[in-house]
Amino acid sequence: MPKFSITVNGADAQVDAPDDMPLLWALRDLMGLTGSKYGCGIGQCGACTVHLNGAPVRSCLLPVGQVSGQAITTIEGLADGDALHALQQAWIEKDVAQCGYCQSGQIMSAAALLQSNPEPTDADIDAAMAGNYCRCGTYIRIREAIHAAAMSVDAAAAK
Amino acid sequence: MSALIDPRRVLDAPLVSSEQTTRRDFLKISGVMGGGLMLAAAVPGWTQTTPQLVGGGDLNAYVQIKPDGSIVIYSGSPEMGQGIATSLPMIVAEEMGADWADVVVQQTPEVNTERYGRQSTGGSYTVYLNWQLMREMGASAREMLISAAAIVMELPRDELQAEDSRVRHLFSNRSRSFAELASLAQDQPIPAKADLVFRAREDYRIIGTSKSQVDSFDIVTGQGDFGIDTRVPNMLYGSYTKCPAVGGKIVEANIEDIKTLPGVVDAYIVRGNGNVRELLDGVGIVGTSTWAVFTARKALQIRWDESQASKDSWTDFAEFAEKQGDTGAAVLFEQGDVDTALQDPSNTVISSFYEYPYLTHLCLEPMNCTAHFQPGKAGVKDHLEMWLPTQSGPGFKTLAQQRYGLDADQLSIHVKRMGGSFGRRTSGEYMCEAIELSKLSGRPVKLTWSREDSMRHDYFREGGFCRLRGAMTADGKLAAWEEHTIGTAVGSEPSRWTGVRAGSFPLATSAHARGSLTTFRMDTPSGPWRAPFSNTHAFVSQCFIHELAEAAGRDHVELLIEMMGEPRWLEPGNFRAMNTGRAVGVIKLAAEKGGWGRPMPAGRGLGIAFYFCHAAHVAELAEVSVDDEGKVTVHKVTAAVDVGPIINRSGALNQVQGSIIDGYSAMAGQKITMENGRIQQTNLDQYPVLRIDAAPQVDVHFIESDFDPTGLGEPGLPPLAPAVANAMFVATGRRVRAMPLFDQGFSV
Repeated sequence: MPKFSITVNGADAQVDAPDDMPLLWALRDLMGLTGSKYGCGIGQCGACTVHLNGAPVRSCLLPVGQVSGQAITTIEGLADGDALHALQQAWIEKDVAQCGYCQSGQIMSAAALLQSNPEPTDADIDAAMAGNYCRCGTYIRIREAIHAAAMSVDAAAAK
Repeated sequence: MSALIDPRRVLDAPLVSSEQTTRRDFLKISGVMGGGLMLAAAVPGWTQTTPQLVGGGDLNAYVQIKPDGSIVIYSGSPEMGQGIATSLPMIVAEEMGADWADVVVQQTPEVNTERYGRQSTGGSYTVYLNWQLMREMGASAREMLISAAAIVMELPRDELQAEDSRVRHLFSNRSRSFAELASLAQDQPIPAKADLVFRAREDYRIIGTSKSQVDSFDIVTGQGDFGIDTRVPNMLYGSYTKCPAVGGKIVEANIEDIKTLPGVVDAYIVRGNGNVRELLDGVGIVGTSTWAVFTARKALQIRWDESQASKDSWTDFAEFAEKQGDTGAAVLFEQGDVDTALQDPSNTVISSFYEYPYLTHLCLEPMNCTAHFQPGKAGVKDHLEMWLPTQSGPGFKTLAQQRYGLDADQLSIHVKRMGGSFGRRTSGEYMCEAIELSKLSGRPVKLTWSREDSMRHDYFREGGFCRLRGAMTADGKLAAWEEHTIGTAVGSEPSRWTGVRAGSFPLATSAHARGSLTTFRMDTPSGPWRAPFSNTHAFVSQCFIHELAEAAGRDHVELLIEMMGEPRWLEPGNFRAMNTGRAVGVIKLAAEKGGWGRPMPAGRGLGIAFYFCHAAHVAELAEVSVDDEGKVTVHKVTAAVDVGPIINRSGALNQVQGSIIDGYSAMAGQKITMENGRIQQTNLDQYPVLRIDAAPQVDVHFIESDFDPTGLGEPGLPPLAPAVANAMFVATGRRVRAMPLFDQGFSV
């Protein structure tokens, strides 16, 4: 079986996997990183969202063979050590989750949004987050939390 | 045909035994490891066991104080996103006088109803059924801590008060922490239940505040411990493939070919017992990753015997329904003289036909279970360990025991957080399939259903139809109401999720009313889906009331209030029944807060709907516009809710907002159809769901009446669809009588 080298959450990892195995299953079953979720397997729900070289991708459709030598960030690697990402902090403070299953994908999509657009409007949020489904219907709080995180990053930068 | 369907029986049926839960004197105490304080609750279980008072050292526990000052409060009810693991411990902490920051919530470590009580969740019942028990556990802990403090501080008990995890002297600044008192407290007399005094509402410091879910940190850091995340040593990954038409039996399958595929460890033909809720025929594959077994199953060639399998056709059901008349063969409810009012030429009589589709649960976490069956050796019995996402650990445990001939001590069950359930994880076939694969392979197996499995093999919200007739007097009063549901039958018995409910509005409040049922056989399994029955009945009944108001030239809100009559309980003595005074309260509040009566520009309208279910009174007012292309925008929904006192304000608000968005998602695009027994939609590309860009603003107003608190997981959903449909009528003049909107030429 091919062996791939991938940088996952800043650490080099070797993965023995068939090259067509989606990254999602390599992360979950072979590397024990279960924060990225399987929802639909066809790129429609966004629960599996991770960052590939900083850009959001649906890991359920991305063959592991295509990410060899590249950098992956998953929800487990979003915090900076013990310091939560502003979005994670906002998600806790706004009590966004209900069942919580989609939320790691939601947060990863939101993190990519804030990276490119630090002060998104509601319309920006809707456009960036429309690929992430929430069965529990927490969209109102997702919007609130993204705005709150953007403001907290702003406030931190102003100090 | 069954007689009157008792709504409470139907509501209770899947999760509560007919045995009434009567609490016994329940408090015992014993030392535990680490010198902690442990209180035990002996309450009758959900299963048909004989309740016993606990004794000796083998006690159950809801409260434990650790030497470091942390207060462990157990959560006995499974968490599926309804927030119960936060709200119930808040009640305990309130009565104890605990500081919420010291509280650590843990899932009860085993399924044992004699130790922990019900341990099941559903029907929006869990707060209601646990409210008193949680208060008792908290208050007892508090009294024992105060007794300990009285000894240590040499002060009279009545000069001591528990607050912020300390017992304080009222007349000095002396105090002791709970941690200091814990080991002495466990030796104090257990208060008699009758002597317990509970905090007054005005003194609450935790109940009624907003607390983030106790698992929030784990969820946002990817550590959330869902069933599907289970990993145990030596584990294999499994899939299970069943006949696409429910009930098909395996004739043959190419499992020898499958066994040679990469990553496949073994494959099996499994013969089921024909019970769709236990084990149907299928092919099991176990392998080294989920991907390996998902890939291998694509190469499966199975020959099915479909002679006994479902031949269901939505088209046939719809054709049958359209032919049905005003009154069905089985009249299940009748009061007054409906026919006289309908035939009175001075009355205005209108008739309408409504349709609602099958829906799938679409829990985002697919069905899964990890099972490890270890055969007994000499002197050691068989043992089954499971990591199980379920709404009812006790229900599933009973099924596993019965099916595999195990005693209670031969099972260890870890109840896992659920990535949504909405009624789905009340049926144990995914557990049985996992057990089979573990028994066959001799290893622990995590069975994961694909999204396609989860949609195809669901217990659907059943679709159906309703023909309604109503008569309005010349002065605009409701003279008669008739509803005829065309629902499904499983075999010859009407489905319990369809039909007529005597306590429903407006059947129950109308002087002249009739409800009847005609059934059509469907073999597609149906089950509880968030606010079962109510999620369809609200649509047909509350839209039709608006139709009657329009026909009579009446204001919809005024008519609703008039129909309620004098404030009263519809079932005297049953406070879970509807109360017309509470109904009027939420209708008036939604109308006031949502700006009922405001002028609207062309293409925009306000619509309102009230519904009562799960002991909750809810009214919702929707502000909706529809453009020339049929694009619907729900700008805002204003909800007024009476479920008594709110436990966790943040959680309650989230549940109502989420129910409204979920209800809109279902209304907008969702429809499951079947032909020749095969479900036609098997993934999200064929089953549109609401995205964030279509989510409306939702304002929620609670009337915090003094009745005991009841649940909020479901009742926010039913009024949404009729409120939106009524607003669409105002905006466009076009009446929507079928869901989903996408099938009616609309988009969102």
